[in-house]
Amino acid sequence: MEDFHGLIGLRRAFRAGKTRGIEWRMCQLRALLKLVSENEARFFEALEQDLGKHPVEAYRDEIGVLKKSADHALLNIKKWMAPKKGHLPLLLFPSRAEVLPEPLGTVLIFGSWNFPISLTLDPLVGAISAGNTVVVKPSELAPACSSLICQTIPLYLDREAIRVVEGGSDVADKLLQQQWDKIFFTGSPRVGRIIMTAAAKHLTPVTLELGGKCPVILDSFSESDLKVVVKRIVGGKWGPCAGQACIGIDYLLVQKKLASHLIESLKACIKKFYGDDVKSLQSICRIVNKNHFDRVCSLLEEPSVGASVIYGGSLDRENLMIEPTVLLDPPVDAPIMTDEIFGPLLPIITLDKIEDSIDFINARPKPLAIYAFTHNNKLKDQILQETSSGSVTFNDTMIQFICDSLPFGGVGQSGFGRYHGKYSFDTFSHEKAVLHRSFYLELEPRYPPWNDFKLEFIRLAYNFEYVGLLLLLLGLRRRYTSSRSH
Amino acid sequence: MAASVSVSVVPAAEGLRAVYTSGKTRTYEWRVSQLNAMLKIATRHEKDFVVALNSDLGKHEHEAFIHEISAVTSACRMALKELHRWMKPEKVKTSMTTFPSSGELVPEPFGVVLVISTWNYPILLSLEPVIAAISAANAVVLKPSEVAPAASEAMAKLLGQYMDASAVKVIEGGVQETTALLEQKWDKIFYTGNNKVGRIVLASAAVHLTPVILELGGKCPVIVDSDINLTVAVKRLISGKWGCNSGQTCVSPDYVITTKPFASKLVDAISSELERFYGKDPVNATDLSRIINSRHFERLTKLLDEDKLFGKIVIGGQRDKTNLKIAPTVILDAPLDSLIMTEEIFGPLLPIITVNDIRDGIDLITSKEKPLAAYIFTNDKKLKEDFVQRVSAGGIAVNEVTIHLTDPALPFGGVGESGMGTYHGKYSFEAFSHKKPVLYRGFTGEISARYPPYTTRKLKFLKAAMSGNIIGIIRALLGW
Repeated sequence: MEDFHGLIGLRRAFRAGKTRGIEWRMCQLRALLKLVSENEARFFEALEQDLGKHPVEAYRDEIGVLKKSADHALLNIKKWMAPKKGHLPLLLFPSRAEVLPEPLGTVLIFGSWNFPISLTLDPLVGAISAGNTVVVKPSELAPACSSLICQTIPLYLDREAIRVVEGGSDVADKLLQQQWDKIFFTGSPRVGRIIMTAAAKHLTPVTLELGGKCPVILDSFSESDLKVVVKRIVGGKWGPCAGQACIGIDYLLVQKKLASHLIESLKACIKKFYGDDVKSLQSICRIVNKNHFDRVCSLLEEPSVGASVIYGGSLDRENLMIEPTVLLDPPVDAPIMTDEIFGPLLPIITLDKIEDSIDFINARPKPLAIYAFTHNNKLKDQILQETSSGSVTFNDTMIQFICDSLPFGGVGQSGFGRYHGKYSFDTFSHEKAVLHRSFYLELEPRYPPWNDFKLEFIRLAYNFEYVGLLLLLLGLRRRYTSSRSH
Repeated sequence: MAASVSVSVVPAAEGLRAVYTSGKTRTYEWRVSQLNAMLKIATRHEKDFVVALNSDLGKHEHEAFIHEISAVTSACRMALKELHRWMKPEKVKTSMTTFPSSGELVPEPFGVVLVISTWNYPILLSLEPVIAAISAANAVVLKPSEVAPAASEAMAKLLGQYMDASAVKVIEGGVQETTALLEQKWDKIFYTGNNKVGRIVLASAAVHLTPVILELGGKCPVIVDSDINLTVAVKRLISGKWGCNSGQTCVSPDYVITTKPFASKLVDAISSELERFYGKDPVNATDLSRIINSRHFERLTKLLDEDKLFGKIVIGGQRDKTNLKIAPTVILDAPLDSLIMTEEIFGPLLPIITVNDIRDGIDLITSKEKPLAAYIFTNDKKLKEDFVQRVSAGGIAVNEVTIHLTDPALPFGGVGESGMGTYHGKYSFEAFSHKKPVLYRGFTGEISARYPPYTTRKLKFLKAAMSGNIIGIIRALLGW
């Protein structure tokens, strides 16, 4: 049998118990931190090369996220690994119950190209903390980052337990033919289906971190608050990888009468943040490659969509730059409003009243995140109760991503499973239920031959009617007579 | 024929979606009304279920009550008691990085869910997941197993009578109906059964990116050490094996491992306790369930009749083809490559494998696929620790068998070939809920370092802020 990329060795290392001890796990997490801090400049360079990502964005969304995640894991891993005591009903006395987390085994992580460092290595933090052996497959669409990860990981981390496999879809296909104890995938729903179908052959559990059209619901605001709101919206749309982000803002919903003032504020903020010449935009990523560039451009092709562009729209194919673009009320059945944009185009959809945004969102697949800017508590409640999404953030954008205590994951078409903080540990663990009993205090009614007394005993016991049980044992309780003759 | 099956399944699924979208199932009142209705079914119609289980499985009334009906009523009662607490959003402390903010986890239903059940505990394994789905406010389709037709019919009739038929439906049928159901889009699928069909369910779910829970099985091993209270251990072993539907149970002990010198003592103890429980003619004992149908009967006799087992049957082996009964049977040292040691037995046959050192038993277990449960009878603390640490299984019980799944505080589910996902107790509610994280932010504490134009100073600040380094933050703010 072909040993694909040393998978046999990884499984052997796992069975030998190499990755189980807390010392090994903490050592690997520290090594990962060292890897990141000693190679920070090289990571910045690779991200600049693959995506034109500015170091501030690179730190905020990638390096910093990874560092924080590994630090958090180091701080909490002992607690996470400890068995959780369960309480047991008196009936099972004397006994002890606990839930013991254990690693799943050998796991596969597929990274993504838009946040090629954090979305590839943050799940690795989880896999290591949970004691697994790991294969990491970075995205080939971010080749400089993929190469850097492939070079550095073997120099810092345990080669017998953690491997990086580079390559394209042919390599991914081959990986998917192997048997894994878990697959963690970040990417598109289309590929998510392929992964899950392949996983089904081996009954492999998967976590799928997909995307969707994440809407912003914008209520009315005072002028001073609006300044902050606009910054958060602009920063949340074009800040993360020029809109190529799963939790990035996709489109915006606002009341008709507020639209024009909003648009003016957006324009001013965009100019301030990024400049207004497509040839010299600052602090914004480029589109990852020509394929995606053409894909995003094609969303603007339809005449009625093109006509709805009210800001931006300039393209520089050679440098893969698209100017931050704002559209006002493009047709809702055009691809720009049915497909996930994953690019620097922001459609604004106007509504008669802001409450209509709920129906608008519900008519579409469940997104990974919903952002709502509002002070109206009733609207907040409505959004929470009547819509469904991976998460909801009020009065900000993107920032839920760096909150370690909140689970990060989707629902419906935006995926299933979750991670970040303890959830990363959990996603790569099996929680094993363990019941300890002793040989004392036998419960005779458990055993055949059956009779009415035993049935009544168990009936009372299951309802925890201890008084009734006592009475039964003392012969002071009327027995239920069964219909069967015995 | 297939077309007509789809025709009935599709409108049923669509109807449920419309009802779910209307928000009907979301209220506390609706959930409570359905749980109460289910409780009525289980208490008022206990007799009907007992009769159905006897018809389908020859299951004794006591087993029917203990293993199925009482568990259904317990699940209803627990859900009714805990529902308020389960439905409440859970406050979450948010980290320094998002200061100032507050967070919570808001549980919400997945939507319209499919529960596919099985034949060995047809009432329990159908109704407990349905109870879970309802308490989490989902609309639900239940597809009971056609292999237990009386139970399927009873449930279809009673749920149709008592439950809100617009949101809770039972669709009976076989492979065709199941296939048609699996082609629809569900927001969650809960399947109990074998790992072959489990793969089909998972592959069908992949088309719609539907999350699934698979409650499968496996070869649940029991290690029996020598220095133990043998009588108690054997009684527990017997009740977990033959007392649970004649071994046709996903968590039943499948095979036993013990040391060579201890084997004969163990066999003798099993033999005498079996006689105390079931008498001298166990094939005709009414306290023992029969085999579900002739297909499984043939499957089990094929395991027993394999040449490799010749001369190794030490207890039982009698069978009654007409009544589909097989006596409690023990086989000593079946070869490890025999069918009985490679397939999940799911019947009243118990192989005992002997080893030189009891610790070798752990190696044998870990060389096989992960089972739904693993058991050990021992007083040796080190052996116990070793077993608990090294054996991966859905759940483990020490000095006990099967009973761990009656504890509502423990999650019940498999790992690897024995499945994915868990339920029971609060895990049931969680199995059918999406716990939506919500982050609340205000407008104070704006950090301009988040925004372009990006500068080195902003980078310094971000580094300090994200690491929670207060001194670093101050220094960056002061421009040092």
